[in-house]
Amino acid sequence: MAVIATRGLTKRYGRVVAVEDLNLEVEEGEVFGLLGPNGSGKTTTILMLLGLTEPTSGEARVLGLDPMREPLKVKAQVGYLPDQVGFYGELTAWENLRYTTRLLGLPEAEARARIEEVLRRMGLWEVKDRRVSAFSRGMRQRLGLAEVLLKKPRVAILDEPTLGLDPEAAREFLDLIKGLKAEGITVLLSSHLLHQVQEICDRVGLFHKGRLALLGTVEELSARVLGGGYEVLVEASPGLEAHFQTVEGVGRVEAEGGRYRVLATRDVRSELARIAVAHGELLGLALRRPSLDEVYAHYFKEVAHAA
Amino acid sequence: MRREGSPWTGLWAVFFKEMADHLSGLRMRILEGLILLSALAAVYTGSQALRQTVGEDPYLYLKLLTTAQDPLPSFVGFLSFFVPLAAIALAFDAVNGEYARGTLSRVLSQPIYRDAVLIGKFLAGLGTLAVLLLALLLLVLGLGIFTLGVPPGGEEVGRLLFFFLATLAYAGVWLALGLLFSVLFRQPATAALAAIGVWLFFAVFFPILTDLFATALLLQADPFDPESQLRQASLALWFSRLSPNTLFAEALTAILNPAVRSLGPILITQLEGAVLGTPLPLLQSLLLVWPQLTGLFALAVLLFTLAYVAFQRQEVRA
Repeated sequence: MAVIATRGLTKRYGRVVAVEDLNLEVEEGEVFGLLGPNGSGKTTTILMLLGLTEPTSGEARVLGLDPMREPLKVKAQVGYLPDQVGFYGELTAWENLRYTTRLLGLPEAEARARIEEVLRRMGLWEVKDRRVSAFSRGMRQRLGLAEVLLKKPRVAILDEPTLGLDPEAAREFLDLIKGLKAEGITVLLSSHLLHQVQEICDRVGLFHKGRLALLGTVEELSARVLGGGYEVLVEASPGLEAHFQTVEGVGRVEAEGGRYRVLATRDVRSELARIAVAHGELLGLALRRPSLDEVYAHYFKEVAHAA
Repeated sequence: MRREGSPWTGLWAVFFKEMADHLSGLRMRILEGLILLSALAAVYTGSQALRQTVGEDPYLYLKLLTTAQDPLPSFVGFLSFFVPLAAIALAFDAVNGEYARGTLSRVLSQPIYRDAVLIGKFLAGLGTLAVLLLALLLLVLGLGIFTLGVPPGGEEVGRLLFFFLATLAYAGVWLALGLLFSVLFRQPATAALAAIGVWLFFAVFFPILTDLFATALLLQADPFDPESQLRQASLALWFSRLSPNTLFAEALTAILNPAVRSLGPILITQLEGAVLGTPLPLLQSLLLVWPQLTGLFALAVLLFTLAYVAFQRQEVRA
């Protein structure tokens, strides 16, 4: 059963279309990335899934429930980490979470136990009595994730979870998100930092101007858009494009002197190496997974050309 | 489309959190200090003035609250000045402050409705003011017993209770106004300024306007026709009652002064058989100000409803 399903979901603000005709299914236990630049409709989609914004048309189902009709049941099982998550600065981390447990209606003993558990897990137990106003951006973000876990959610929706974090903190945070997946929590995350989140996403949906333009795994998308799921960088003698092109599975070859960029649907490193050695010298060979940024840029360049 | 689940879920969590914030906040401490100091000063001078006449007045404590001695206004005067300010100070950043801190979307993603947030905030403000007022009243009573040496009578305590309720209704009006502006304006400073602007208008400019209006109306009246004069005077009074301040002042006048028999123009024929200067029983005084109290209550409900509707339609994202 799809945990999140939308059919023809549309949101308009006056004449501005924020999200148009969104059809999306997120399966249980997967990490789904809602990717796209700022203002492409990611946050609006998330708010509609939580019942915080009313869709203009179409419908959404989260865990089989309609977020507009039964928002309380949806929100009891779905954790949400907003972008630019804010806490009450004059309260301590512990007090902030205590307020959340009260809103959740958890009994006292249970609340205490859960708060301790999530704070320890996020590495914030030592600073639980510190005011949140003294927290760094990374600590706030982890406190936000702690709050999401407080619910013991079946689905976690994270809006721009790595925004504003330094690379190290971002990597740590992505590891924490991987941990959610290991626990069986379905994760829907949105981001405009495509390269950062691509490796933790099982599937991604690329948004462009309110429309879901591409949907699939990173490999599928790069195969479809760039003509190859594998990108091999070769450094060898010049003039080998035609030879490389004959290898089975190679989609496209870009050459610049002795540097080649080969896009293929499978790992063609050994064939390329053989060709390079046969016709001259092989200086370097590297396999690189194409980044989603390229997929995105390439796809929308093509779309713009076609239009 | 019907939504399911109770709108009251989480109400008390919001209420207690907000109330704790108010009671421990610096803003409230400053207000408490201000109100306490001015109230004590007013009561002290009042009690000095009353000392000479302790034995003669059956409603000593009501006098204590309403006696003004230059240059200080009475306790009631102080209160009607400070209560709107305190209410606005508690409410002006209630909603837009949550937006600014980025906490609103987080709170609303918990299994509660927006109703709980808004109602909880309103009730917390009202609760805070109730605690403050009650403490102040008891303090004044204690001080009165201390300086005057006479315990308050049952009728007096009853009147003080209704004075308390009327003040609470008045505070509710300004609280709801502050809440409304905190929903309408994204900047807390703008909301505060707008609310204080409205308060200034009713405190300073509205009386001037009503005076002008009344004078203009009287000039229109036929000087030889008392009926037309009465009509114009009633119209002027009606106009002045559009202000919550007038309603509150009238309510206090009748509640705290049992000798008051009418809040409008009265004809000599209506006074036939009346023993002037004798106090009315509490229930009769209450009957006199029932419209005023209802008006204050209705105004608070109306403003709160506007805030509620605006908040429900607002987008969550900042």
